[in-house]
Amino acid sequence: MASIVSVSNLSKTYASGFEALKGVNLEIEEGEILALLGPNGAGKTTLISIICGIVNPSGGEVTVNGHDVVRDFRQTRAMIGLVPQELTTDAFETVWNTVSFSRGLHGRKPDPAHIEKVLKDLSLWNKKDNMLRELSGGMKRRVLIAKALSHEPRVLFLDEPTAGVDVSLRKSMWEVVERLRASGVTIILTTHYIEEAEEIADRIAVINGGEILLVEEKNALMTKLGRKQLRVDLAQPLERIPESLSSYNLTLEDNGQSLIYEYDTSAERTGITALLATLAETGVRLRDLSTRQSSLEDIFVEIVEAGR
Amino acid sequence: MNIEAVKSIYFFEMARTRRTLLQSVVSPVISTSLYFIVFGAAIGERIQQIDGVSYGAFITPGLMMLTLLTQCIGNGSFGIYFPKFTGTIYEVLSSPISMLEIVLGYVGAAATKGLMIGTIILITASLFVDLSIAHPFVMIFFFVLTAVTFSLFGFIIGIWAKDFEQLNLIPMLVVPPLVFLGGSFYSVDMLPPFWRAVSHFNPVLYLISGFRWSFFEISDVNPLASAVIILAFLAVCMSVLTWIFRTGYRLRN
Repeated sequence: MASIVSVSNLSKTYASGFEALKGVNLEIEEGEILALLGPNGAGKTTLISIICGIVNPSGGEVTVNGHDVVRDFRQTRAMIGLVPQELTTDAFETVWNTVSFSRGLHGRKPDPAHIEKVLKDLSLWNKKDNMLRELSGGMKRRVLIAKALSHEPRVLFLDEPTAGVDVSLRKSMWEVVERLRASGVTIILTTHYIEEAEEIADRIAVINGGEILLVEEKNALMTKLGRKQLRVDLAQPLERIPESLSSYNLTLEDNGQSLIYEYDTSAERTGITALLATLAETGVRLRDLSTRQSSLEDIFVEIVEAGR
Repeated sequence: MNIEAVKSIYFFEMARTRRTLLQSVVSPVISTSLYFIVFGAAIGERIQQIDGVSYGAFITPGLMMLTLLTQCIGNGSFGIYFPKFTGTIYEVLSSPISMLEIVLGYVGAAATKGLMIGTIILITASLFVDLSIAHPFVMIFFFVLTAVTFSLFGFIIGIWAKDFEQLNLIPMLVVPPLVFLGGSFYSVDMLPPFWRAVSHFNPVLYLISGFRWSFFEISDVNPLASAVIILAFLAVCMSVLTWIFRTGYRLRN
């Protein structure tokens, strides 16, 4: 697929001397959902801010649909919607006015029908005449999303959109995201809820210390780095691993109540059948079996730790 | 040119004025009336005329300037500072608008509000004293140019200010002395020679003097000098703003 956002060799050093980005390269494909993961202070927000035009880059370049974000800012910013991390709203404005204001700022003529649709999609329609200060945190978050969608962007940046949002609302927000993706909008999101990225993203980029450590298809990443664990709960505890099982990479846990077997899902043979057969031969009686796949979170921690 | 965006910012700012209509409109009417009662009636009784103009009429242009400067600086600075303070500035910065368009929206609204209030004061004043405007076009020239220039000046303060203390520093500490000592309520000819000389270094004296000339054809300094001073200050503000846009000073850094 063609890339819609292209970041090349982007760097940013703040006036304080802090180097937030160190030569970042990133291609974002049209129509995909890209999750940008990274610990606090990794450079996620700086990267988004430069693409959106809020912060000037120190070096390198960014293009959106072939237009340079500094030189052709009118074209690029008209295509982009941004939902910031902080809940920043004009306390005394009404929902309707603030969303209409956003549309105007992006140079679009008023379109009450579109604003109505956006508000209804985000279950904000019955709050349209309320002042923003009267809204709960979750509703303010949705207002920010409505503002970002007011001008029908092709690329949407969601900077930690579900921070402080309750479970049901989070679900309905992801439904909105799914619908947007279905309509062809490219979505870039940063999140701390890694399971969210796991659930919703097509590709994952990991950033730390101002550098992109990895960009990969989510599924490929999960398979490549995904290790699986087989947990064998024993009927009677073992003091140590029997001699006959020494060829397997086993560890004993829970005071000898469980055997843990680590294996690679992408390997030709996982070795599970052989292990179970050997267990039976050795006379070890099993109480229960369970497997666990390493989550994106484990993978993420692994990558960031390795990068240190 | 992103006209929609300029309109959006302008009307957004004007809506803020509408929400605070009472303090925006009623308060200048009350304070002007108070000035007329105190200066016009109480003190004016003893001064009566300056250069053939009744004291009440004489102070009207000064009062208009006093309010115009305070309002324009206040609105110009608050309009851009507040989004910076709350963080909503992100939206303006990530919109397809040039800095010129941002200025047109914010400064246009601040100047409009200043002009509205100035006009209200003029109308209020005309209820107390007989007013005639000798040179209406010159009056409008000074009126509009001052409003625009000081709204720009306010805008610069709003970008520069890092907190409310700094935001209020110039409007509260610098402007009132300049306006009061700039001959709002007296002719500098009434001062001792030393202070008269010092007054000529006060740029606001030129504004008030030129503005007053357009009403009564009396002035402390040559009206042409007044026009030059205000145009020069406008040029300074525009140069500073150009520098701000080019460097992204305190906005995009």
